[in-house]
Order: sequence, then structure tokens, then C-alpha cells
Amino acid sequence: MSTSGPRRLLILLPYLWLGLFFLVPFLIVIKIALSDSVTASPPYAPTFSLDEGLAGLRAAFAALDFENFVWLAEDGIYLKAYLNSVKVAAIATLLTLMIGYPVAYAMAKAPQDWRKTLLLLVILPFWTSFLIRIYAWIGILKNEGFLNLTLMKLGLIDQPLAIMHTEIAVYIGIVYSYLPFMILPLYASLERIDGRLLEAAEDLGCSAFAAFRQITLPLSLPGVVAGCFLVFIPAIGEFVIPDLLGGSGTLMIGKTLWLEFFSNRDWGVAAAVAIVLLTILIVPIVLFQRHQQKHQEELG
Amino acid sequence: MIRRFNMFNLTSLTFGLAFLYLPLLLVVIYSFNDSRLVTVWGGFSTKWYGIVLNNEAYLAAAWITLRIAFVSATLATVLGTLSAVVMVRMGRFPGRTLFSGMIYAPLVMPEVVTGLSLLLLFVAIGLDRGFWTITIAHATFAMCYASVVVSSRLASFDRSLEDAALDLGCTPFSAFRQVTLPVIAPAVISAWLLSFTLSLDDLVIATFTSGPGSTTLPMKLYSSVRLGVSPEINALSSMLIGIVTLGVIAASLINRRQERRQQQDTRAAAAAA
Repeated sequence: MSTSGPRRLLILLPYLWLGLFFLVPFLIVIKIALSDSVTASPPYAPTFSLDEGLAGLRAAFAALDFENFVWLAEDGIYLKAYLNSVKVAAIATLLTLMIGYPVAYAMAKAPQDWRKTLLLLVILPFWTSFLIRIYAWIGILKNEGFLNLTLMKLGLIDQPLAIMHTEIAVYIGIVYSYLPFMILPLYASLERIDGRLLEAAEDLGCSAFAAFRQITLPLSLPGVVAGCFLVFIPAIGEFVIPDLLGGSGTLMIGKTLWLEFFSNRDWGVAAAVAIVLLTILIVPIVLFQRHQQKHQEELG
Repeated sequence: MIRRFNMFNLTSLTFGLAFLYLPLLLVVIYSFNDSRLVTVWGGFSTKWYGIVLNNEAYLAAAWITLRIAFVSATLATVLGTLSAVVMVRMGRFPGRTLFSGMIYAPLVMPEVVTGLSLLLLFVAIGLDRGFWTITIAHATFAMCYASVVVSSRLASFDRSLEDAALDLGCTPFSAFRQVTLPVIAPAVISAWLLSFTLSLDDLVIATFTSGPGSTTLPMKLYSSVRLGVSPEINALSSMLIGIVTLGVIAASLINRRQERRQQQDTRAAAAAA
């Protein structure tokens, strides 16, 4: 692969593809976010275009301003949606960690010949449709769903618990959907821990719990951090879960963008929401990348 | 790790797996429920499967979804493999940082943003939305996943084999085809399967980039699910769960066999040496 002609072509093909279908669209989002929101309606597409025409879009390109961002800053609902997304994602990440850690820990301690099967079992639900997994929870959580029916039959409650269409349902949905993302890095770091360290600790009189706290936990921290980022980052921009499990009161930014686009048909504001969403995500993404790099170097 | 698997471990494993599987199991069980009431058992029946399989709208959506998934996965695998070769083998070239940024950014990009940005592009260049716009969108984000999968295999591949082929007079292209490709083939196949599944599963990006007459199965499913739980959706979901389960199990069996064969080859080579 030293000849320069084919080599250049090889680079050019994926390069151009990503340039055209990733970079350019991204620049267009920025441009539309800066355009006038009223005239930024699409030139066609019967589903969305209401009264604006082709001229609207053309005019929009001529007039760049920060009106949409001012709008976002002034209307409290957007700020609330951002803060709420971060809050929901953070709490859901902690819950996922609390549920995922004991499972990953058990997997790492399981007999060698179980592990491949256990890994497969953890990954398998991840391959089934996201939508179906969320759908399954609707049947469980709704007022006359399986959970309430079971609890009522057991006599634990006499009124159905209103979980569906609340933030609790959103937490359950996120934990359920992203659990494999938490378990896999946790398992990877737990599995690598040298068993002799724990044996030495016990020989020196450490209790099992103290050995866990002083050896296993610190050594599994890279997995904890990686798992938390892998859940937190996608959870912030989540749309399907808050839309299907959450109620109208559950504001999350991915849902706001969707509604702004499909219901309000305000492309300018939707694009501005997208830009702010990405700005929020930059910090955790950069932190995550640094963490991964450092971790790689330590391993290497 | 110390191997003392105790009661606590067994309990957490049981609860963890139950949490992962019980919801899906309920969907499958109640897809065989005779009653229209989704939480009351009314006897065994397979009638909902018949109803779904005779539903033209579902079938049409499934057919479009499969076609999009097939084409986009193939595109994504080719582009992803090329990108992996570029990233792992090409060394420095102008714009490499931008290129690696464009490979990794879509992996962390929220779906709503990817969908919105692609839609705005298709509108800007005046492309009619439908089959091809969804396919392009899926190929674009799936190629990044494909590239990561192939890169990791390519990075661990012994480059001297390639050099040997070149020394023996192979053209770079045939060296790639005859030496590199067979070695990275399992990763390329995994990349295709992953891209295929990502495309099958995608709701958000497809909704943004679809046009009239190109409703995919997840889009159809989403609009039905919004109306609530129904035995038809249970049946449809169970079929999809079944297909995926069989696919994943088959893939892992193939993988294991390949690993065993590779181990045998290594042993044979060591014995010969």
C-alpha cells in the first residue's frame, strides 16, 4: 500500500463520505440554529411544511443571528429540560452502577466455563430491539400492569402504584436498557484483578469485606468510570425512554428537540437545542476519552 | 480474581438475569394469550401470530426495514473496513485528526442530533426522502461502529505477513485480498452483523430521514406502542426476539468454532516448527 494513487483513493472514499454525511450536516445544523427561526421552515416535505415556502429557507441562509439561542435562554422550559436531563441521567447512572456491580462481580467470580455463557446472556438482550425492551416495561409498569396486579394479589397494596408516566419509570427504562453497557466494562476490570492480592490480604488477616473495599473496589475503578460514562452520555440525549415511559411532565432534552421539530415544526429552535445538547455532552465525552487513554497507557 | 463463588454472588446473578429476561419473557408468554386483555390469561393461542403475519402494513414495513438494513450494513462494512485500514495502516496523512474525529464522534452523538442534521442535509441538497436517505443515514453511523470493530482486529494482526506477500511480488491490493482479508474476516462479519442490527433497531434516525411510503418496522412499532400494549405487538415482538436470539446464538457458535480452529492451527504450526 505504498503507491500513492490507490492509497489516496482509499483514504478519500471514507473521508468524503464522512465529510458529506457527517461534517456538512453538522455545519448545516449550526447554520440553521443561527438563522431566523420563522423563515427556517423546510422548502417542501408535506409532513412538516405548513405555510413557509422555498423562499423562506433561502432567506434564512442570508440572515444569521442568535435569536434561537436567546429564545432558549429566555424560555425557562429549555433550561429546565437540560437540567432535568442531566439529573435523570446522573441518577439513572448511579442506579445502573448499583445494580450492575454485584452482577459483574458475580460474573468475574463465576467458574471459568460459565463465563462465556454469562457474557452472552448479558449481551443478548442488548441485541433485541430497544423499542421492544421499553415496550415490555409498559406492560409491567402501567396501572393495570403485571407489577401492580402481582402486588395487589399479594395484598401488599390496595391501590395501584402510579409508576408509569413518572420519572421513576424513566429510571427503570434507562437502567434496563443500559445495564449491559455498565456490566461489560465492570466485568472486564474485575476479571483482571490478580487473585493472589486477595489471598495475601486474607492471609494477613483482612476480613473479606475489608479486602473487597481496599483491593477489589479500587482496582475496579477504571471499569466503574468507563461504565458510568457509557451510561451517562447516551442517557442525556435519550428520546424513546422519556417519551414512552415518562409523562408529559418528564422534560428531557432529546424529547424537547423531537417535539420542537415534529410537533412545533420549529427547525431553528430544534437545531439550537441540538447545539446546546452537544455542548453539554462535550465535557463528559472529553473526560471519558482522557480516562480511556490513561487507562490504556497504564495497561500497556 | 479469587474463585469463591458464594451465595451472595449467586443471588445477584440470579436477580440480575431475572431483571434482564423477565420483561421479555412476559412479552413472549402473553403473545400466546388467547384473550385480548393483555394481563389476563385466557388460554393458549397462536392466533395473534396469524393476525400479524397477515397484516399488510407490518409486512411492508418489515420488508423495507430488511432491505434498508441489508444495503446499509453492506455499505457500512465496506466503508468501515476502509476507514479501519486508513486508521491503522496509513500512518500520518493530512487531515488525519479530522478523520479520526469524524469516525469517533458519531459513536457518542445523540441519535436525535444525528437524525436532525442528516435531515437538514437532505433538505438542503434536495434529495427526496425515502429508502435511500434512511440507508445513507444508517450506513453513516454504522460505518463508525464497523470501523471500530475491524480496527481492533487489524491492530493485532501481524503485519509481517502482509510485507512477506508484498516481497513475494503481490500487488498491495491482492496482498490485502489474499492475506489481510481472510485474517480479519471474522471481524468484518461481526461488523456487518452489528451494522445490520443497528439499522434494524433504529427508530430515531429513521423517523427523521424517512419520507412518505418508507415507514420502517420500528417506526410502525413505535406508533402502535404509543397507543398501548396489545397482543399483536406482543406477537410481533416475540418473533423479533426469536430471530435475534437465534442469530446471536448462531453467531457465537460460529465464533467459538473458529476460535477452536485457530487454536488447532496454532498448535499445528508450533508442532511443525
